[in-house]
Amino acid sequence: MGYPHKPHPKETVLLSEDFGDAEARTYDGWIKRGGYKALEKALSMDRAAIIDEVKESGLRGRGGAGFPAGVKWNFMPKEPTGPHYLCCNADESEPGTFKDREILRWTPHALIEGCAITQYAIQAEVCYIYIRGEFTEAIEVMERALAEAYERGVLGGNAMGTGKRIDMYVHRGAGAYICGEETALMNSIEGQRGNPRIKPPFPAVRGLFGRPTTINNVETLASVAHIISRGSEWYKSLSLNNPRSTGTKLFSVCGQVKRPGNYEVVMGFPLKDLIYDLCGGMNDGRTLKACIPGGSSVPILNREETEACLLDYEGCQEVGTMLGSGGVIVLDDSADMVYQIMRLAHFYAHESCAQCTQCREGTGWTTRILRRILAGEGEMKDLDLLLDLADHMTGRTICPLADSCAAPVVSGINKFRGEFEAYIKGEKPATLAAV
Amino acid sequence: MQAGAATEPLTGNMDQTTEYKPVFVGERRQQLDDVFKRYPNKQAALLPALWIAQDEQGWISEATMAEVAEVLDLTAAYVKGVVTFYTMYHEHPVGEHFIQVCTTSPCNVCGAEGVVEAFLEHTGCGELGATSPDGKYTVIEVECLGACGFVTPVLIDDDFHDSVTGEKVPELLARYR
Ligand SMILES: Cc1cc2nc3c(=O)[nH]c(=O)nc-3n(C[C@H](O)[C@H](O)[C@H](O)COP(=O)(O)O)c2cc1C
Ligand code: SF4
Ligand code: FES
Repeated sequence: MGYPHKPHPKETVLLSEDFGDAEARTYDGWIKRGGYKALEKALSMDRAAIIDEVKESGLRGRGGAGFPAGVKWNFMPKEPTGPHYLCCNADESEPGTFKDREILRWTPHALIEGCAITQYAIQAEVCYIYIRGEFTEAIEVMERALAEAYERGVLGGNAMGTGKRIDMYVHRGAGAYICGEETALMNSIEGQRGNPRIKPPFPAVRGLFGRPTTINNVETLASVAHIISRGSEWYKSLSLNNPRSTGTKLFSVCGQVKRPGNYEVVMGFPLKDLIYDLCGGMNDGRTLKACIPGGSSVPILNREETEACLLDYEGCQEVGTMLGSGGVIVLDDSADMVYQIMRLAHFYAHESCAQCTQCREGTGWTTRILRRILAGEGEMKDLDLLLDLADHMTGRTICPLADSCAAPVVSGINKFRGEFEAYIKGEKPATLAAV
Repeated sequence: MQAGAATEPLTGNMDQTTEYKPVFVGERRQQLDDVFKRYPNKQAALLPALWIAQDEQGWISEATMAEVAEVLDLTAAYVKGVVTFYTMYHEHPVGEHFIQVCTTSPCNVCGAEGVVEAFLEHTGCGELGATSPDGKYTVIEVECLGACGFVTPVLIDDDFHDSVTGEKVPELLARYR
């Protein structure tokens, strides 16, 4: 659903409160909503106290891996010997995920505030906001907000009148999913091909331009101001299932549901309530078949697992998947699982940076074998071949893109094997022309 | 940073019929100089410089790559290596209006294929990647545009359109004559 829309009573709106309200995009509108008070407070605090507060709050990275934000910041050297950098990851390209775009285009100052607080905490005078090239509107809104923040003295050489330097720039991507991977993102800012780097060294040791760097997701950074203004105790209290998962989370719901869109709920919220209540349930006459709850890179859930899943890091793990980026893809009984999994494999084959053989060849072969099955030319042993390929693509590459391609294939074959076999046995007519 | 093998600077457009007009003069040069202030070295200005060049010329020719290389102290081969990595830089001229339709799974299950067909039909492009006979349009399929809840998202030039359906295509195209 687009904005403005009234939040559902079961939502807890923190980040999304001002989505759809164009006034919130302006500096004056943001000040009217109490904006930049958290930054002012942070700049008067001890750096270590800010990091402790964020650590204590339990905030975990919203970009996919769920790494605790405060712990990551603590890796940055305390006695800088040169520049430090912050990169805000606004590359949002994981199929099913479209939450960061709303933060960028509706509440740009919320992001600026979160970045500025983080920069101060990790002693990074410069932050690059890496926005995917296709987000033209978001880039424009963000550029305008940054220009205003400079004009009003929030940013620049005398940020908020404190004499401290805080600079922030948009860096526009140019079409490459892999640049969302943090080390590829740094290479892309440096004017290189977006190939992920081998870790270690980790970015906090040797990152952007060879300097200590922290990379955080848009939603992670936008949450920081709330923690600084209302405290970690309050943030920690936002938790419905496991105390290790705290705060609110934006879930982007897409696919075959009545009301797709972004919904903000407290961590631990039941996935079935998100689908059946907030999103209005399935389209008329349809039933739920499958759900991918964390963006296309995580294992697929069947109906029973979906209905049992609690939306936080641990809850997703319990049903054998991951919270990932919070991009919830819903499929009903009309969906062709084999076709959709082929389409996802195609995505990864297209987006592989081609550095690692397992990934370059594996994603391509997976797609070709799936196409062969869809064309009615598959054999039973192709399923074993797919699983074997997936095995070789898991945990063996420079970055986890290869694993991401394997996850939906393995879970798809294990949970919906009958649909694959129907094509192979000729019980279902071919949906693709022979290759 | 290694900048790849050195090559002779290229001059002239690909078709060699018209003289190459440099991008980075006057206002465009000023724009690039402002970009330089944001980064600790010149190479980091490569993606922004390519955006400026594409904005000016509509695509990135070999000659453009040579010019960009020169202003950034890189080699043309290095610049080409970067241009070819990213999908949004056009290595060939495209129609006056460039149309990108998402067909990744979440959009696919909600009918994106129909939107693609409508664009191909109403632009006269006929097939994906081809430019319409009047030179006005090029239509391509792209991977997830990050707006999967607003099916089908379409990017026309720099305008992002949400919730496009096959029926809406003619009306939408009327805005890009
Ligand atoms: C292939 C790949 C693509 C990724 N894409 C994104 C992305 O678009 N946005 C994002 O925030 N993180 C993405 N990540 C995760 C980042 O590498 C990184 O973990 C994250 O930005 C860290 O921020 P966080 O700790 O705040 O989540 C991606 C990772 C991989 C392996
Ligand atoms: S796993 Fe794939 S995307 Fe990642 S570095 Fe290797 S080839 Fe590139
Ligand atoms: S899948 Fe189409 S926008 Fe994400």
